Amino acid sequence: MAAALASSPTATIEPIIGRYLNVTIAGRPQRLYFEEAGSGIPLLCLHTAGADSRQWRHLMVDEAITRHFRILAFDLPWHGKSNPPPGYERETYRLTTADYVATVRAFCAALALERPVVMGCSIGGRIVLELAISHAQEFRALIGLEAADFQEPWYDTAWLNRPDIHGGAICAALVSGLIAPTSPEVSRHETLWHYLQSGPGVFQGDLYFYRVDGDLRGRLGSIDTQKCPLFLLTGEYDFSCTPQDTERTAAQIPGAEVTIMRELGHFPMSENPQQFRRYILPVLERIRTLPEHPR
Amino acid sequence: MTEPQILEPQAAEVLARRFESLPALLASDHDLRRRGAELCTTFLVGIAGIPFLLTLERGMHMHLLRGQPLMRAFRFAVRGTAAAWTRYWQTVPPPGWHDLFALTKRGEMTIEGDLYPFMAYLQVMKDLLALPRRIAEA
Repeated sequence: MAAALASSPTATIEPIIGRYLNVTIAGRPQRLYFEEAGSGIPLLCLHTAGADSRQWRHLMVDEAITRHFRILAFDLPWHGKSNPPPGYERETYRLTTADYVATVRAFCAALALERPVVMGCSIGGRIVLELAISHAQEFRALIGLEAADFQEPWYDTAWLNRPDIHGGAICAALVSGLIAPTSPEVSRHETLWHYLQSGPGVFQGDLYFYRVDGDLRGRLGSIDTQKCPLFLLTGEYDFSCTPQDTERTAAQIPGAEVTIMRELGHFPMSENPQQFRRYILPVLERIRTLPEHPR
Repeated sequence: MTEPQILEPQAAEVLARRFESLPALLASDHDLRRRGAELCTTFLVGIAGIPFLLTLERGMHMHLLRGQPLMRAFRFAVRGTAAAWTRYWQTVPPPGWHDLFALTKRGEMTIEGDLYPFMAYLQVMKDLLALPRRIAEA
């Protein structure tokens, strides 16, 4: 909830704090922008490909969540207000599984987050599955939004980064179809604005992880939801990561809990925050009441 | 595409007549004309097997011609089945039928040819082809 100002009753300030973390990740110095709000169980939120932490702003002002959870969200390097690393001008950006995992773990370690909950959407949902495979003991619970082990490509990513087409406009236009037609217009266009603002080749570089490097087919068998509970929620209008993709994924993970969200697409937290909270509040309440230590 | 091009002629004709309202719908949409003002191209749209040749001139002035004149060139073609257009044009389309790429992914639509103008103006093209949602089904 935003607080009204005594000096100007019509003006409000939101309780979200933004700061910068300088940290070395996989041998490279990075300057990560992150926001946080609330107190309690740390809840790290990971944005979608080609976007940034602004997608989580509605959660961060939801007192039903912030009274129990310390919500944190960083912009991946190259995204939002996080710089690309020095020397970026001489390389093609490509997100890898190793770098993504290293970024999440470096952030959690630097901020001394004790067994945080991690909730990621899309590429963030994919990396949540990787965390469940390889680092489950470090997390209290994992939540994958629009998450699956693999999705069938539905367009050629070469269109995303070429000088004769506006990169932001084509990225936004492509993902616009992943938003439910029932989502509020204001929220739809705010979600698309993040894509309209993304740097050249960044969405394309994230999709390298999504389509090539982060293929988890055949690797889900080692996930133990007794060590770390796993919740998967997918919007019915997401035709990139379809409900069937998520259900196929969950069928390979004993104990994984699946929810198909009505009237939501690929960006539940930003395309229709009111509809999303109906689904995520019960999940967070379940996590809040979990035993303190791994079972 | 999963659906044969030969289908109930009446269903295709109903959809085609709905599509023929496109120039009028576009003319009344000032925001779409603003966003697509610089788009000049000729393309083909297949409505359940019935072809339409569309030409856009500067300012999004549209000429729509039913049929495919002999050897007339066009840059790209968007062809959908009767099921695709019927559901895509619902006021609230059902999941998986609500976007052109959702339709191509499920095999109910093809987008072929020189796709440069289509992709450079992708949001405009999506919104243009969705305009018949604004008129009720017959």
